Amino acid sequence: MAFLDDAFTKRLWGSVLNSVKRLLIEWFPAILMFIGVLVIWQLAVSTLGIREYLLPSPGSVVDAMLSSEIPWGKHILVTGTAILGAFLIAAVGGILLGTLTAWSNMVGRALMPFLVFVNTLPKVAVAPLFLLWFGYGIFPNMLIGALIGFFPVVINTAVGLSQIDDEMLDLGRVFNAPKWKVFAKIRIPNAYPYILSALKVTATAAVVGAIVGEFVASQSGLGYVIITSQSSLNTPLAFGALVWISILGLALYGAVAALSRVLAPWAEGQEN
Amino acid sequence: MKNIIELDQVGMVYETGSGSVEALRDIRLTVREGEFISLVGPSGCGKSTLLRVTAGLRPMTSGSVVVDGVSVTKPIQKVGMVFQSAVLLKWRSILDNVLLPAELAGLNPRKYRDRARELLELVGLGDFTRKSPNELSGGMQQRAALCRALLLDPPLLLMDEPFGALDAMTRDDMNLELLRVWGETGGQEGRKTILFVTHSIPEAVFLADRVVVMSPRPGRIAEIVDVGLPRPRSMETRATPEFGQYTLDIYDTLTGGQAKSDETPRQAIA
Ligand SMILES: Nc1ncnc2c1ncn2[C@@H]1O[C@H](COP(=O)(O)OP(=O)(O)O)[C@@H](O)[C@H]1O
Ligand SMILES: [Mg+2]
Repeated sequence: MAFLDDAFTKRLWGSVLNSVKRLLIEWFPAILMFIGVLVIWQLAVSTLGIREYLLPSPGSVVDAMLSSEIPWGKHILVTGTAILGAFLIAAVGGILLGTLTAWSNMVGRALMPFLVFVNTLPKVAVAPLFLLWFGYGIFPNMLIGALIGFFPVVINTAVGLSQIDDEMLDLGRVFNAPKWKVFAKIRIPNAYPYILSALKVTATAAVVGAIVGEFVASQSGLGYVIITSQSSLNTPLAFGALVWISILGLALYGAVAALSRVLAPWAEGQEN
Repeated sequence: MKNIIELDQVGMVYETGSGSVEALRDIRLTVREGEFISLVGPSGCGKSTLLRVTAGLRPMTSGSVVVDGVSVTKPIQKVGMVFQSAVLLKWRSILDNVLLPAELAGLNPRKYRDRARELLELVGLGDFTRKSPNELSGGMQQRAALCRALLLDPPLLLMDEPFGALDAMTRDDMNLELLRVWGETGGQEGRKTILFVTHSIPEAVFLADRVVVMSPRPGRIAEIVDVGLPRPRSMETRATPEFGQYTLDIYDTLTGGQAKSDETPRQAIA
C-alpha cells in the first residue's frame, strides 16, 4: 500500500510540476518582455533626465496608483460598473438581436440594414446626445460602450447560428422537433465559439465606451481622473489611471476567455 | 412477411436558383420488414435524396411513399439516421449525445439512460460514456452515432455512407459490428429494416439481402440484385467465389457492361 501511495504522490507531483513548467515556458517570453520594457523605461527616464510631466518613471506611476490622496476605490468602482454594464447590455442585446435575425428570415431582413446603419454612426459623436437624454451618471457611459460593442455580437451570433451542418439539423427534423428546441439544443451551443469570440472584442469595446463617456462628462471614474490630471499636468496620475483601466479591461477579457474555455472547450486552439 | 417501405413512381426535382435538378425518377421499390437493403450508384445519383424522401425529411415531387402502411408527408418518427460523418454534438458527452433523440422527441431522457448505456456497451463504448466526442477515434464516433440512431428503437434505420470516411480495417470491423447489432437487437422477426447507402460494392454485397443499383442522374433503379449468401456472414464470406460473382455483376451493371479486368470496381464508381 505504502508503495502505491508513494507512486501516486510522485505522479501527482509530477503532473503539478509539469503544468507549472508549461505555464512558465508559455508565459516566459511575455514576462521577460514586460520586465525588459519596464527596465528600459526606468533607465531612459533617469539617464536622459526626462521630466516627470512628459514621461513619469514606472516607480512614480506605481506611487500614483497607490496614492491615498486619490479615492481610487471609488473611481475603479464607477468605471468598473460602467464597463461591466456596457459589456452585459452589448452581450445580451447582441445575442438576442442575432438570434432574432437567425430565427426568421423576415426579421433578419427588416433588422439588418437598421443595425448596420446604427453601427456606422460614429459612437463618440453620439455621446453628448446620450448625456442630454439620460443625464450625468454611469448609465449613458454604459450605453456608449454597449453601442460600440454590440454589433460584432449580433453578426457572430447570426452567423454562428446558421453555420451548421444540414445533417445536424436532420437530427431534429427526424423527430419533428420544435424550432425552439433545435435552437436551444443544437444551434445555440453550436454557435458558442462564434459568440464567445465576438464577446472578446466586445470586452475591449466596453472599456473604450465607458472611458469615452467619462471623457465627455463625468464627476468620477478613471476617465475623469485622466481628464483632471491633464489640467494639473499630473502625468503620473494619468498613467496610474491608465494602468488601472487596463487592469479592469484585462480582468473582463480574462473572464470571457475563461467562460469560453468552460462553454466551448472544443473550439480552444482553433482560433487565435 | 409484411412490407415496411413501398416507394411507387417516386420522383424528386430540386428547384434551385440556376434551374431545376431532377434527382430521382420513377423509383419503385418494396422493402420487407427486417430486410437489409444496400443502395449503390454513382455520386449525385440521388441516394441521399432517396433516404431523405423515405424519412419524410423532404417532400417528393411525384409518386408516393408509404412506410408501415402510412403515407409519408412529413417526418415519420420511426427512423434512425446515420450519416457519413458522425455529427456528434461536441459540447455533449457521448452518453448525452446518444440521449439526444429522446430530448428532441419530447421524451424524458432519464428513462432512456439505461438503454443508452446498454447500447454503448453493445458496441464496446461502455467505458467512454463520459468522454467528449473529440476524444474518440472516427470509428468509435460512428459507433456512438449508431447508438444514437438506435436509442428510440426505430423499426427503420437509414444509413448514408456511414463508414465511408473510415479506413479499410475499421470499416470491415464496423460491417461485422453492424450485422451483429442488427441481428442482436430484437429477434429474427423484430429485426430492423435497414437502407444502407455505400460507395463500396463489396460492402454492399457483404451486408445486404438485396442490392439496389442506381443509374446516374436522374436517379433510377437500374437493377436489384438478390444476394443469396448465407447468414451469419463473416470475413470468410468475402473469400467465396459467389461473393466475387455478385460484386462483379453489380460492377458490370454500374459500368454498363464495360468491365475490364485491369480496373478495380471501387475506382470506377468512387
Ligand atoms: N438540397 C438540394 N438542393 C438542390 N439540389 C440538390 C439538393 N440535394 C441534392 N441535390 C442534387 O440532387 C442530386 C442528387 O443528390 P444526392 O441525393 O445527394 O446524391 P447522392 O447521395 O447519390 O450522391 C445531385 O445532383 C445534387 O446536386
Ligand atoms: Mg449522398
